[in-house]
Formats: sequence, structure tokens, C-alpha cells
Amino acid sequence: MKRAAVIVSVAASLALMPACAPQTRVVEIEKTVVVEKVVEVAKEVPVTVAPPDFGKVTILSTQANPVEEQEKMRGVVLKDFPGQAEFVGIEEPALLDRVIAEAGAGKGSVDVLIALHGTYPTLQAADALMDLSDLAAELSERGIPQAFMTLGKLNTERQYYIPVMQATYIMAANKAALQYLPAGADIDNLTWEQVRDWGKNIADATGDRKLGFPASDRGLLHRFLQGYLYPSFTGGMVTGFKSGDAEAMWAFATDLWQYVNPQATTYAFMQEQLLSEEVWVAFDHTARLVEAFKQKPDTFVAFPAPKGPRGLGFMPVIVGVAIPKTAPNPEGAKQMIRYLLQDEVQINILREIAFFPVVGVSYPGFVTVGIRMEGEAVSKQAASADALPALLPVGLGAKGGEFNKVYRDTFTRIVLKGEPAATVLAEEGANLQKLLDETGAPCWPPDPPSDGVCKLQ
Amino acid sequence: MKPTRRAMLEPYILLLPSILYLAIFFAWPMAQAFGLAFRDDAGRWTLQFFQRMVGDASFWPALSATALLVAVIIPLQFILALAMALLVMARLRGSGALVYIYALPIAVSDLAAGIVWFSVFTERGYLNTILQGLGLLERPFIFLQYGSTWALIAVILAEVWRATSIVFVILLAGLQGIPNEYFEAAEVFGAGWFQRLRRVTLPMLRPSIQVALILRTILAFQVFAVVVALTGDGVKVLASEAYQWYNQWRNLNVAAAYAALILLISLLSTGLYLRALRSRSEAAGA
Repeated sequence: MKRAAVIVSVAASLALMPACAPQTRVVEIEKTVVVEKVVEVAKEVPVTVAPPDFGKVTILSTQANPVEEQEKMRGVVLKDFPGQAEFVGIEEPALLDRVIAEAGAGKGSVDVLIALHGTYPTLQAADALMDLSDLAAELSERGIPQAFMTLGKLNTERQYYIPVMQATYIMAANKAALQYLPAGADIDNLTWEQVRDWGKNIADATGDRKLGFPASDRGLLHRFLQGYLYPSFTGGMVTGFKSGDAEAMWAFATDLWQYVNPQATTYAFMQEQLLSEEVWVAFDHTARLVEAFKQKPDTFVAFPAPKGPRGLGFMPVIVGVAIPKTAPNPEGAKQMIRYLLQDEVQINILREIAFFPVVGVSYPGFVTVGIRMEGEAVSKQAASADALPALLPVGLGAKGGEFNKVYRDTFTRIVLKGEPAATVLAEEGANLQKLLDETGAPCWPPDPPSDGVCKLQ
Repeated sequence: MKPTRRAMLEPYILLLPSILYLAIFFAWPMAQAFGLAFRDDAGRWTLQFFQRMVGDASFWPALSATALLVAVIIPLQFILALAMALLVMARLRGSGALVYIYALPIAVSDLAAGIVWFSVFTERGYLNTILQGLGLLERPFIFLQYGSTWALIAVILAEVWRATSIVFVILLAGLQGIPNEYFEAAEVFGAGWFQRLRRVTLPMLRPSIQVALILRTILAFQVFAVVVALTGDGVKVLASEAYQWYNQWRNLNVAAAYAALILLISLLSTGLYLRALRSRSEAAGA
């Protein structure tokens, strides 16, 4: 009786679908009753200009997971998708388990994945991702930075994910500091040496050390070291950890620190010190600077991180969108990717969940000036000709914290305590290698790919 | 027969809730913490986490800073609290109000105290503003910089301000318990104020001193919120290292090793105090 009722209701709902060919559908209900039904639908489709319907698209996302952000995704960002978007928030381990299991079974229920770059190598290794090279070619005129698209290839020839949104760390300065810029310096194209000279000029003129970095226990100084200094000076984050270039870099960092406010070891969110004017030039995560731009957009400027001898090292937090091989609705999934990369949708993402666009957008008036300023700096940074995107560690799992500790300790010992760089780098390098060996993590960008465990030079 | 049995069981039944509470919320987590500190993922007994802790670049700075803070703060607090308690006992005009003023910081959470003192000592804080206003400073002096003695002095000041009151309350209670006859007798025999303090007050106060010292020393080895709020990453202490290993570096084993070390030091210092401050009757084995 019950079974018959289920079949009838399923048949009814399938008949209502505007499909135009005989199709086979497998519907799983409460994991006990499986109904297979061939539905014949009339082939004549009324020729009206109804918007195309791409059907039901199920999205699994490790991002925008807090309840209010999920609501914003459903209620605003995905609202105008031509189809039924179903947004499901999920933790990374659960996403990996589910998608890999579906790939193994050869049958899936998920159409679109939204996750950080670091999630995808595991899925690609399990051969669970669809090749999106054709879609990448189609989207090439959307202006996604080439460096990001390359990351989406996961060291292969094929495109496995398309970058969809980003966050990162940038620089901010009080306009009062601009008059002390070194001669000939362009604020959108600075070198780290010029930043040091800038700090020196300010110190000479005002007597105060007005550069700022978030060096307290709650600050993100380790990201500055991993994603900015190391790549800019050594070309990588890990392999050149104790190289000659690294020694030169630490000598520079010690030099730079003379012009950094000595209270920096209490700084966590640089927007506070920018607003109190303890600091005039600061580095931090966009979300930790944004209050300064929101409160006093006329006082501050945002600009890309400076470059070093090896290029503009920076740490993008890249969120990519991908399609599992077993997606039940691949056409709808591709349409979802096109949809997410539209200008209006990208702006909605920025407004609702504060991730920056990956495409070149012009910011409409309703986006507050502060966020627009940050967004422009983020775009310039990513689009720089010698951009060297340095990714959050991939494959370290729970050891990510200790990985950060190696960089923080190295900084404390060399720059704050003045211990000899060569000794410290040898000791901390050994700690770093031990972590890599324990986790078996291969190198990740910007370090060159490795066979097996990533090794320090 | 039956009522006697019930009477025998009654105290244990009454004790049961608190024993259960202690077992679930103190004993069990403590056993787990020790397990984390001494056993690896495979469940083998190991000292590797202690080796890791001692070999870490921040261990010795944290240990020595903690020891220094204890060595400076405890005597300072003790002398101040004793002076405050004696002042209140002198029954001057308004000494009733003094009790409340002195006891006030007990009500302030240590993190809040840290933040208040941060606003005093920070670059654009009250102290710098006042000193600049008085023309004593041309530009702000940065007290809270890495490795500066001033940062330590700021921590000591904040801790003394925050936690002297608890010592004061304990000592005051002790002082009030000493019968006046002793002082009168001492006075009759011609003892001066200082002699009365040395020969009567302090010996009679010994149990209170013991309690106050044990309590304060244990808490001083756990000093954390004030240090972190004031200096960020500038001054490292044992408890802040335990927190960092747990919260930031995500190595629960090393964090547990720090916790075990703090416990060990606390136990040792308690034992030391109990021995050193034995009252005469205890020493005689009575």
C-alpha cells in the first residue's frame, strides 16, 4: 500500500518535469525503497520564450557554512539561478568522504562542489573530478587571473576546478604617509626595499616607527612570512626555507623591523592601529583591515603587497568550483559555474559573504567605498605580471598549526632575539622537514611539484 | 539492624553527588590530560612530548619569566597585603570603607584587568597621554615592546593590583581571629609596635599566611590572561604556552605536557610551603 503510494507520487512528480525524451530515473527514498520508472513524456514542447530550466543542481560547499551565510547563499546569491539550486553546507572531511565514495560507486547525487584549493588535490587523486577544460576555454574572456586558472589544473594539463572567489592579505596606508614614499616609487608597484625606505623616511621625519605587522599571538604574521616574504625572496614557501636566499631575506626582515612599531607584538587586527594612527603602513588580511576603510575611507588607501627579487609573492585564499565525475546533472552544474562567475553574482558574493571577485568587475555604487578599495587592491595584486600565488599548506592536515609555529619561531628568534640566522634556519628547518615527513605532504605551489614528500634544499 | 545500616550509609550517599561531580569534571579530565602528556597516538608510554616541550625555543623563556614573576609578585603582594590589613586593623577613621576599596579588584576578571592595564600602558594609552600632557614626554614611550623590562613591570603592576586583595582578605580574617589579650600582654611587658608584629602578630598569623601563600603561588604559576592581554606575544609564560600549543599549534600532547609541568611545580611549591610554615604544634607531631 505504502509502496504503491510512493510510486504514484514519484511518477506524478516525474511527469511534471519538462523533459522531452524518454528517460530513466533512479530515485532513492529513505534508502529502503528504490523505484525505477520509465516515463514517457510528450515530445511536443510548447514554443514559448520561457527561461531555460537547468533542473535541480545540488551544491556541496565547505565555504559559507555559518547558518546566516548559508541563508544568504540560498536567499540572495543563488536566487536567480535558472533551475533549482540546493545549497548544502558541509565540513571538508565529510565532503571528501562523500564525493570519493560516490566516485567509487560510479553513481552520484552531487552536482557542484565549492571548496578551498587544498581540498581538490585529494579528489583529483581519487579521480573524482570532471575535466572542465572546455568550460575553462569558454570562460577565458571573463578575466580570471591566469595564475589562479593554472592552480585549478592541479599540476595537470586539464582544468579541474574554476576559481570562483578569493580572499587575501593586502597592504593599507594612511594618506599622511604618502608624502614620505621614496622618490619614484609607485604605490601599486612597490618593492619590499621601497617599503623599508618608506618606513625609514617616516621615522626620520616624524621620529616614530610607523610600519605595522600583526605579530601578536592572535595576529597572522605567519601568513606574511609564508605567503609574502618567503615567495618574494626565495620563489617558494618551503623548499628554500634555509637557502642562501632565505638568509638574505631574514637579514632584510631584521633591517625592515627597525621601522616597525615596537609594540607590534601586541597587534592582532591592523585596522585598530591604523585607526588609532599608531601605525601608518600596515599588512593584514582583508577582513582585518576592512573596518579602517569602512570607517574612514578618505583617510586610507589600499594597495597590493610589494614584490621581492623573485616576484610578487602573495597568499590568495582561493575558493574553486568543480563538478564531480558522477554528477547527475552536469549541464546544470556547468550552468551553475557560469552563473556564479557573472558580474552581479560576484558582487552579491562580496556583499553577502565578503569573498572578493575573481573576475574583473567594476564595482557598482552600492558597494561601500571601503570594500571597493580593498577589492581593487586584491584584483591588482592577483593580476600582477609577476604574481606568485602561495597557497595555504596542502596535505598537512592537523599539523598545519605546527607548520605555522616553525615560521613564527624562526621570526622570533632571528628578528626579535637576534640569534644568528644560519643556526636558527638549520634548527627550524629540521623541525619543518620532520613535519613534512610525518604527514608525507608533497610540495604545493609556489614550490615546484615534488616526487613524494616535499624536501627542503 | 536496618536503621543502623542506613545511618552508616547516609554520609556516603550524601557525599556521592559531590564525589561524582569531582570525578566527572576534575579527576577524569585530569587523567585524560595526563594520558595526552605521556602517551602517543598508538597508546605507548612516551616522554617525547616532554622532550619536545623542553626542546622548544619558547620553553626556557616561558619558564624563567614565570619564575621571575612569581619571585617578584608574591613577596610584593604579601608585604602590601599585610600593610593593608594592619592599616584596617588600626581602626582609623574610615577604615571600614578601606576594606571595600581594597577588596574591590577580587571582583574584576583577570582578562578585564589585563585589558584595563593595556589601555594604561599602550602607546596611545592613559599613561603616555598624561605624561605628554604634563610635558614630561615629548612622544609616546612604548612600554609594551618585545623583551622590554617595562613590559614585565607592567605585568607585575597589573598582577599586584589585581590579586593582592585576595591575600589581604585572608590575612585580615586571620588578624581578626587573634585575641587582643596577646597584644595587651605584650604591651604590658614593654614590647614596641615592631616587636609585637614580629613576636605576636606574625606567629599567630601563620596558618593564614600559609593559606594565602599557597593559593597565590599556585595561581601565579598559572598567570595567563593578564600577560596575554598586556603583551600579546611579547612575554611568554608557562600557561600561555600551554594555551598556544593547544589552541594555535594544535598539538594537544605538548599542551598537556605543559599543564602537567604546571601541576608538578604547583605541588612542589605547596609541599615546600607546608613544610616551611609548619606551626609549632604540627612540627612537634601533635
